Amino acid sequence: MEGFDWASVSASLPFLMKGLSYTVQLTVVAAIGGTLWGILLALARLSGIAPLAWAAAAYVNLMRSVPLLLVIFWFYFLVPVMLQWVSGAAYPPKIGPDRSAYVTFILFEGAYFCEIVRAGIQSIPKGQLGAAYAIGLNYAQAMRLIILPQALRNMLPVLLTQTIVLFQDVSLVALLNVTDLVGAAVKIAQRDSRLVEMYTLVAVVYFVLSYALSLGVKALNRRIAIIR
Amino acid sequence: MLGLGIFGEETPDGDTTWAMSLLSGLEYTLALVALSWIVAMVLGSLLGVLRTTNRRWVVALGDAWVELFRNIPLLVQFFLWYFVIPEFVPPLKRMAVEMDPTRFQLLLSVVCLGLFTSARIAEQVKSGILSLPRGQRMAGYAMGLTEAQTYRYVLLPMAFRIIIPPLTSESMNLVKNSAVAYSIGLAELFFRTREMGEMTFRYFAAFGAATVLYVLVAFAINRVFAWLERATAVPGYLGGKR
Repeated sequence: MEGFDWASVSASLPFLMKGLSYTVQLTVVAAIGGTLWGILLALARLSGIAPLAWAAAAYVNLMRSVPLLLVIFWFYFLVPVMLQWVSGAAYPPKIGPDRSAYVTFILFEGAYFCEIVRAGIQSIPKGQLGAAYAIGLNYAQAMRLIILPQALRNMLPVLLTQTIVLFQDVSLVALLNVTDLVGAAVKIAQRDSRLVEMYTLVAVVYFVLSYALSLGVKALNRRIAIIR
Repeated sequence: MLGLGIFGEETPDGDTTWAMSLLSGLEYTLALVALSWIVAMVLGSLLGVLRTTNRRWVVALGDAWVELFRNIPLLVQFFLWYFVIPEFVPPLKRMAVEMDPTRFQLLLSVVCLGLFTSARIAEQVKSGILSLPRGQRMAGYAMGLTEAQTYRYVLLPMAFRIIIPPLTSESMNLVKNSAVAYSIGLAELFFRTREMGEMTFRYFAAFGAATVLYVLVAFAINRVFAWLERATAVPGYLGGKR
């Protein structure tokens, strides 16, 4: 150990920032996409149509019992095949792991968000749905105007906490050579043989950001709790 | 049509089949899960209990522990344990050189996963204890039990029963998280799966097999805990229906 080499760290900052911006971008897209997909899955799970509810439950349970790492690699190979099938092209399109990761994380996190949304919907008293029907709303209107706004508000803290988990989970794409924050650090660490500096730096950056976000969620939680 | 014969084919080094190679990976996964589960339960229970006492610095230490392990991605923690910490801890460095590499990877993976999970268990144990009515602790003291006795005979027996459902999901998470040990080269199930994919180009067969195995392990853990929950249910309490 010949001490920390800060020169190599500061020289690599622009590259690390590029990685961080990919990490943030993937986190935001996956959180929004995952929430929307999660809402659809939750509505399917709670619907009266048995095959639909069953299929959604099977999807959610499968996603939740397999390691994310395995899912990331599954979709890395599956997404091109899926795109070929959708577009009807002769060959599977070449898309890199950085782009297939968007599909992976939306579909994977959707399963986790689904369970949060489902709990949120189930926390709304039944009378609300009855009241909505009584004033003449149909199912879609009742969900959109009455149930989901209340449910989403109740579960906002949990959704955000899950998003912090997602922010950390994104780091796994580094194992597919993607240049996210961790991936960027791995590449520089190997190029300059600065493993100690790089991995410590990434740990500190991740810790500061995740901890700050979790404090933010706690503060929000208190505010919501006061209003209600 | 599915071409499952691939699993019976020999690996390039010729001493085993792909099916056996995956199973040997599963063996490492199970060993890693079992050992780190023990580390996590022991440490997590201890920390969870300490965080509910009224010694301020102990609580602060427990909180810091939980925040530290919860806010750094598991992959980065693996890198820290494998690449960074041995540089600062000479005995660990010596072990890295002298020990059989596989055993050293297993050891570090157990420590890393065990500590990572202990923070989560500590959080559950703490919330289990805090969910009990305050009167239970007071009743314990009123009967003349010491603090340790109150925890042992009054609080923990109920708290652990209450947290069986979240402990179930934490234990299933542990199985899933064990795949990240692949990043430091431990030859566990995901490592063997990738290896099979890379060498045979039968990615979907390999991933499919791994998916089935992971689902089976998760399901088995789920069943064991469901049994435990039924077996320990207190009649007339907590979903103890009978």
